[in-house]
Amino acid sequence: MIIEVRDVKKNFDGVPVLQGVTFSIEKGEAVVIIGVSGGGKSVLLKHLVGLLAPDQGEVLVGGVDIACLNERELLPVRRQFGMLFQGAALFDSMTVEDNIAFVLNREGRFTSGEIATKVDEVLETVGLKGIEKKWPAELSGGMRKRVGLARAIIYRPDILLYDEPTTGLDPIASDAIDHLIIRVVQKLKVTSIAVTHDMRSARRIGKRILMLHQGRIYADKTPEELFKSTDPVISRFVNGISDQREEIEL
Amino acid sequence: MTSSAKQFALEWFSGLGRGAALCRDIFASIFKIKPVWRDVLYQMYFIGVKSQSVVTITGAFTGMVLCAQTYFQFHKVKMDTATLAVVSVGMGSELGPVLTSLMVAGRVGAAIAAELGTMRVTEQIDALRTLATHPVDFLVVPRFLAMLLVMPLLTAGSVVVGIFAAFLVGVCLLGINPTYLWYNMIHYTNMDDVMTGMIKTFVFGGIIAVIACDKGLNCPQGAEGVGRATTEAVVYSSITILISNFFLTLVLNRLLP
Repeated sequence: MIIEVRDVKKNFDGVPVLQGVTFSIEKGEAVVIIGVSGGGKSVLLKHLVGLLAPDQGEVLVGGVDIACLNERELLPVRRQFGMLFQGAALFDSMTVEDNIAFVLNREGRFTSGEIATKVDEVLETVGLKGIEKKWPAELSGGMRKRVGLARAIIYRPDILLYDEPTTGLDPIASDAIDHLIIRVVQKLKVTSIAVTHDMRSARRIGKRILMLHQGRIYADKTPEELFKSTDPVISRFVNGISDQREEIEL
Repeated sequence: MTSSAKQFALEWFSGLGRGAALCRDIFASIFKIKPVWRDVLYQMYFIGVKSQSVVTITGAFTGMVLCAQTYFQFHKVKMDTATLAVVSVGMGSELGPVLTSLMVAGRVGAAIAAELGTMRVTEQIDALRTLATHPVDFLVVPRFLAMLLVMPLLTAGSVVVGIFAAFLVGVCLLGINPTYLWYNMIHYTNMDDVMTGMIKTFVFGGIIAVIACDKGLNCPQGAEGVGRATTEAVVYSSITILISNFFLTLVLNRLLP
């Protein structure tokens, strides 16, 4: 078990967001967590990497309960993770090259020539060769996400986390990101955990889908099982049917 | 105690606690993790070189005003040539460090809070943490060290320019004898006055860095949050400088009588 979440609860200003989430993930799995917007998916993802600490419960990474660790003790645990943020979260005061090479530059284990070669390699993997000297502000949304992914994979993490990887992208850019995620998972043989409400993307990149509903894991199924489910909550979400109809006056 | 007073007290104490925790993290980082001197140098350039014009203008005009005001009073009792001595002691131990620090708090403190605040709301600080980097090591320590190193230099520059500008005003505009003016300044200015100013500005530099970094790192979400963090960084730094200046004056006058 590479990740185990046991009865995690989290409140923000008295509002319960996670109300006893429990699941586990095996090494090499490709898991997608789905759920409504504002339902706590990103909060859950941030618990896995120690960016948020649970009010109650345990988050075990490689058997270590990271909820008990302080910020400095968490650093070596986080080295196992690579994370793609919703808005890519590139450092806007650095070029693409410096963003991607950030961890390698900090660690000081490689020469500048070796780092440049590795940056070239990952940029080729994400299909963006030749943009090393550009600034994040000069990139489109899709390009930023690809650079964010390149930054996350350059140091070969064991676990990749994706926070809404296709949100805000057009269908073609979303398709490209999905294929890129599949290619990266196959090439690097990493454990992959994505959070999304894009069902097309979830079906493609996930081998197992967890549905978060009302602060708990409501369903834990394969994509096929999930899409064929007759459960009204699952079915409504998967098919995008709201239970609130608004009358529009023309 | 009313609820608003309770809220104020709670915020004040939580801010104080956060500041203390940040200081602990900064010193732990400095002593355990080797600072990246390239980052410190960049911050020294940003804080020091880019603040020079503001600080120089402040020093020059403060010295000139102080010279004129002192002359107008001293002239009545025929003490014209003591004017520059007053300017020198006043600028060196009080006005130089305080005004330089207030100007730097406005320029650099605001910039630090806005930069770190923007990084926080755009998840860049979370990204930094997921890249196994402690935000204090990468963002706070270089700024803190740069501020400690640069503030005494900026203050020294401001004081020197202030005294020189005052000398020119005294001699060229007010017609004071330059030899006696200069002699009295040298005679009545002690090394302790200079040391007092330098120690004060060193402390003020640390105060600005800690408050601005704390406000940036704990910035509320959204553009309004960044704006509030920036404003609070400047206001709280300025007030803390003015209050701590009083206590530093008392303590340093005991230590360096």
